[in-house]
Amino acid sequence: MNVPDETPVVAPGYDSGSVTRKITDVVLARPLGRGWLAGFAFAFALLMLLNFAIGWLLIRGVGIWGINIPVAWGFAIVNFVWWIGIGHAGTFISAILLLLHQDWRTSINRFAEAMTLFAVACAGLFPLLHLGRPWVFYWLLPYPDTMGLWPQWRSPLVWDVFAVSTYATVSLMFWYVGLIPDLATMRDRSAPRPLQFIYGVMALGWRGSARHWKRFKMAYLLLAGLATPLVLSVHSVVSLDFAVAIVPGWHSTIFPPYFVAGAIFSGFAMVLTLLIPVRKAYGLQDFITIRHLENCAKIMLATGLMVAHGYITEMFMSWYSDDKFDIYMTLNRMFGPYAPAWWLLMFCNVLVPQALWFKSIRTNPAILFVLALLVNVGMWTERYVIVVTSLHRDFMPSAWGIYHPTRWDWMTLIGSFGLFLSLLFLFLRLLPAISITEMSKLVRDKKESRQQ
Amino acid sequence: MNMNTWRSTDELEDRPAFRDWLQREFPPLASEWTNEASRRSFLKIMGASFALAGLNACTRQALEKVVPYVRQPEDLVPGQPLYFASALNLEGYARGILVESHEGRPTKIEGNPEHPASLGASDVFMQAEILALYDPERSKSVMNGLEVSTWDEFLALVVQEREKWKSNGGIGLRLLTGHITSPTLLSQIEVLLQEFPNAKWHVHEPLATKAPQPIYDVGKAEVILAVENDFLGPGPAQLKYARDFASRRRADSGATKFNRLYVAESTPSMTGARADYRYALGPRALQEFGTALATEASLPSWGVPILADLTRNKGRSLILLGDSLSEEVRQFARNWNRPLQIAQPLPSNGDSLSEFMQHVEAGKIETLVILGGNPAYDTPMDFKFAEKLALVPLRIRLGLYEDETSALCQWRLPEAHPLETWSDARAFDGTATIMQPLIEPLYGGKSAHELMAALAGNAVVSGYEIVRQYWHAQHAGDDFEKYWRKSLHDGVVAGSAGGKSSPFAPSVRAAASGSGLELVFRPSPSIRDGRFANNAWLQELPQPFTKITWDNSALISPATAKRLHLSNEDVVDLKYRGRLVRAPVWILPGQADDCVTVHLGYGRTHAGRVGNGVGFDAYALRTSDAPWGGSGLEIVKTGLRHPFATTQHHQSMEGRDQVRVGTLAEFQQHPAAVAQVGEPAPGGDETLYVPIAYKGHAWGMAIDLGACIGCNVCTIACQAENNIPVVGKEEVARGREMHWIRVDNYFEGAPENPRIHFQPVPCMHCENAPCELVCPVGATAHSSEGLNQMVYNRCVGTRYCSNNCPYKVRRFNFLEYDRNPFESAPVLKLLRNPDVTVRTRGVMEKCTYCVQRINRVRIEAEKQNRPIRDGEIIPACAQACPAEAIVFGDINDPQSRVAKFKASPLNYGLLAELNTRPRTTYLAKLLNPNPEAEKT
Repeated sequence: MNVPDETPVVAPGYDSGSVTRKITDVVLARPLGRGWLAGFAFAFALLMLLNFAIGWLLIRGVGIWGINIPVAWGFAIVNFVWWIGIGHAGTFISAILLLLHQDWRTSINRFAEAMTLFAVACAGLFPLLHLGRPWVFYWLLPYPDTMGLWPQWRSPLVWDVFAVSTYATVSLMFWYVGLIPDLATMRDRSAPRPLQFIYGVMALGWRGSARHWKRFKMAYLLLAGLATPLVLSVHSVVSLDFAVAIVPGWHSTIFPPYFVAGAIFSGFAMVLTLLIPVRKAYGLQDFITIRHLENCAKIMLATGLMVAHGYITEMFMSWYSDDKFDIYMTLNRMFGPYAPAWWLLMFCNVLVPQALWFKSIRTNPAILFVLALLVNVGMWTERYVIVVTSLHRDFMPSAWGIYHPTRWDWMTLIGSFGLFLSLLFLFLRLLPAISITEMSKLVRDKKESRQQ
Repeated sequence: MNMNTWRSTDELEDRPAFRDWLQREFPPLASEWTNEASRRSFLKIMGASFALAGLNACTRQALEKVVPYVRQPEDLVPGQPLYFASALNLEGYARGILVESHEGRPTKIEGNPEHPASLGASDVFMQAEILALYDPERSKSVMNGLEVSTWDEFLALVVQEREKWKSNGGIGLRLLTGHITSPTLLSQIEVLLQEFPNAKWHVHEPLATKAPQPIYDVGKAEVILAVENDFLGPGPAQLKYARDFASRRRADSGATKFNRLYVAESTPSMTGARADYRYALGPRALQEFGTALATEASLPSWGVPILADLTRNKGRSLILLGDSLSEEVRQFARNWNRPLQIAQPLPSNGDSLSEFMQHVEAGKIETLVILGGNPAYDTPMDFKFAEKLALVPLRIRLGLYEDETSALCQWRLPEAHPLETWSDARAFDGTATIMQPLIEPLYGGKSAHELMAALAGNAVVSGYEIVRQYWHAQHAGDDFEKYWRKSLHDGVVAGSAGGKSSPFAPSVRAAASGSGLELVFRPSPSIRDGRFANNAWLQELPQPFTKITWDNSALISPATAKRLHLSNEDVVDLKYRGRLVRAPVWILPGQADDCVTVHLGYGRTHAGRVGNGVGFDAYALRTSDAPWGGSGLEIVKTGLRHPFATTQHHQSMEGRDQVRVGTLAEFQQHPAAVAQVGEPAPGGDETLYVPIAYKGHAWGMAIDLGACIGCNVCTIACQAENNIPVVGKEEVARGREMHWIRVDNYFEGAPENPRIHFQPVPCMHCENAPCELVCPVGATAHSSEGLNQMVYNRCVGTRYCSNNCPYKVRRFNFLEYDRNPFESAPVLKLLRNPDVTVRTRGVMEKCTYCVQRINRVRIEAEKQNRPIRDGEIIPACAQACPAEAIVFGDINDPQSRVAKFKASPLNYGLLAELNTRPRTTYLAKLLNPNPEAEKT
């Protein structure tokens, strides 16, 4: 059904051949441009910064960061939660929107899923690095050890291990399975023999037979089904890291849904932050249209409102509970030493997204880009406020302290962007950034429906 | 432990005598090397000589037996520590100690229960001396100028000097020491002065009181008024006074009649924090008050009920005065207090420093021997000691460190630490203790006795013999050996209280009068007069009230700060008597207005790596006529800032009820009303879980806030017992100090004169521990006896347990603290308690209720097939506490002390409303207001 001013999901005039060509050309035909090289060099430099920061951390210990007693968790956990949250948009787009038959997801789902994977990779570093003794991280894994010791199941950190590793595994499988037909296309279209060979191995022998397609669709649907609950469960479990603790500001039952909403919120913000430049740089505006951007913006607005609801609920419950510790915590966040962070948070996460009520804003890529960046900053700041302000002043005033990040904290955070961007740049250059299979199918379906 | 101490310095120092002997027995062998047979015989001879060298039978050394406290030497069992009695001096006054020795090395100091000055408890200086013993920066060799020399070369010099002294009666010889109570040393000095009548002995003790106070029976006093007298604060009699005072503050349902304490002082002190009424006044105002009290004229309105209270209880009340008050007022107080006097003081002896300086300037001194102390650093600045010392041709110094004084002396002899030498000392009441060494001198040091003997011409005698000879002369009779062994065993010489002392009262001058800001000097609560500046434990020990570590500050009141537009960490220039010292400012609630207090002991230049450059030197402002301060101070802002490293940033209770305080009257009417405030703890049945029944032993602890004086000895005793690392100023500033038990300090009420509360916080060992729930690897578990256990080797370091601990008692090894500059010297390995793991980086740690002590007692009891007695297990904190505020034991035993404490209506758990069910609980603090005073 056509609404008169609704932008189509894919620009007209494409068929499966031209779609395939356009997407594979990005990888196979386009020469290595200065833009990509500059971008990758920058990303790689940041990755080396990350190496340096991690190296020094392993040599000296976790004390190079600004953490202390009482604030024993700092940037590392903030970064962990933020990165994992970002990943949720990818899974939401790939899995949930698939099951809900939202075709507009087609051109962005591959990219978003890749973003998820790389975000989870970045996130996964931090729980390992923040350990005092990271070389025995495997004690958190359930394996039969010589002393008959198992992890302590009641701890949310153990649940985290399961949640995050499941998330990483399922996302990887889902992404990879979806890639298989595309890799076969790459194999068939690439010219140099070594490249053909590599793509061929990665394609796992795909011949495109009817049986293959049948199995592929079943597998893809099943994995989508597996991935869907993860959108809700993973960040719920991560939020339980906080909610199970007794710390005022953490011990709140709204955390699981509030965090999940926040995750999708920040994830879509990151999707927009990345997609807007990418579609411009690679000329993919026909596939990643204004409608896609608008839909992402709408989801951002919706989840942003849910997050705002979470803030209001927390503040209300603080007051309603009449618990002196909780009341102090809320007032301290607003007016204490970390007040600037809290006000920044409110600005970026509550005020700024209200602009998305206006269609003119939603359909303007430049403004959307800035807005999405602000939301990213706001969501990171939200994790910072949750972790640091709750810890720095809790029950015993004699134990109150202050957390200041050190240069190593910053280097690790900025360096993690290096890892993320490096992987992303490599992905853009080496793999089809848009799902050829699904785009072709979409184009064919549209042609059929027009012909009917 | 059988310490057959062979003082065979011959073989240690490879003296010419030894080499000669070897040569005489075995002629040079070089000529015999050429043929095969002679090589074989060379080897035979050398083998024989090495075997024989071990015997060293040429000089017989006396067998020195050191007598342990609990077990005879034959019972040494590896892994079982032995305890030996000795004593440690503070400004010359002894406090008896028991030293725990593991396989011949001392590792922990406790108080000696038999000794009147310690009563089983300790102060922070006693605890820290064990670290001073093992200080890698102590003097290690005899130095002559810039060259390393030997004791023998020094003795050769002494021989020459003695010739000179014999001819002129020692006219150029001077001895400069600190305050000495050691009977042996006093007699040695007397002997020297008899031999050389023209020689003189001067005494300089920077913290010496002008006229020492008698010792009073604080336990019998109904009313005590302390004016600028911190009798509960650090000092030689602190432990006794704290015990006595606490004994009159026990809320045991009326059995104890509470005393009442009024304190008027210029700067918050431990005594002031315990006061029922506290008045913050500068020295001038305090002098006026003292005079008003003595003359009963123009008493301020708040002073009237005080005098009335004192008068009502005349004969059972005490007026304790500080040094800065005039002689008339002090005489009045001495008369008032006479009924409660129990011991005469041991006054400072010897001539004064001012006479010494006169002699120096007149060029009368040729040879100066300085025993201990650090006069180049801590003498009043108007004496210009360091400059003038160059006028003395020969300067000999016996010292523990190469310090500021050593830098000015030609001959520097390494002093043996009190724990490694034979000596003796008297406590404030005259009780003598013979001090026995726990270990041979680590760095070949000599004791003062050995030096004095050398000066007297007898260089061969050992410290052991000197001390033994003295006491033999005191105790004539056949049973000397028995007497000797008993004295060593008990740590006190029976019947020695009230010992002979030569009365000397140096001239007393009243504090200078004047106007404007007043400056007050106080000894540092952690490093005293500066002698402990290189002691990392003490530098890191948070000072009471300010919680500052690794620094001193200029303390000012909030009102004065506001008036002068000063805030915390502002650096100011203190201008006083023509001198200028730059100091950072700290605003201290309870400080008297227009009065600045500075702590002595900092700003040292030759303390060692730990102490150098820490803080500013307040001695640079101190004059000899007003050693405790005076008027005429000027403060000039510099605009600079100086960051402090404090361990507690927030000292308000924020409307929460950590420390619960009530009055005695309230308690007597409604016993439960004092402690049961705020949200009640959930009942035992308010749980979905099956409650765990703790059959058998259930360990618990109760801390009486009514007794705690905030001395911080529990913190440092725990550090010593549990191998807790020092982390340094930067790490403390980051919030990473490692103390397992901390003493929280709260100000309540108006900042000008708040109520001050102390609260020691160890691990609560919660039955519903929030930390145990969240550890992902199960590194923190709960024992069947109720201990929350920390399993270091399982900890991966997620630190979730610390986040979930509402009391924040957990400490994390953020870096490899065991290898930082304060902990890495190899000699410090000797100091570590072998019963406690040394933790690596990345591992959480916390108070364990001294589980090593629990286990040791449990094993002993099982071996002897008997139950564990109440009071047999004493954690380090409880053992050290002078006020007996910390009580530990089996809460399942209704007769145990801890069960009785917990049964008191004053008992409450900290944050119990969180349903943590802490095993460590507190007894609320009771004040004893005067109904008359309440009306004014």
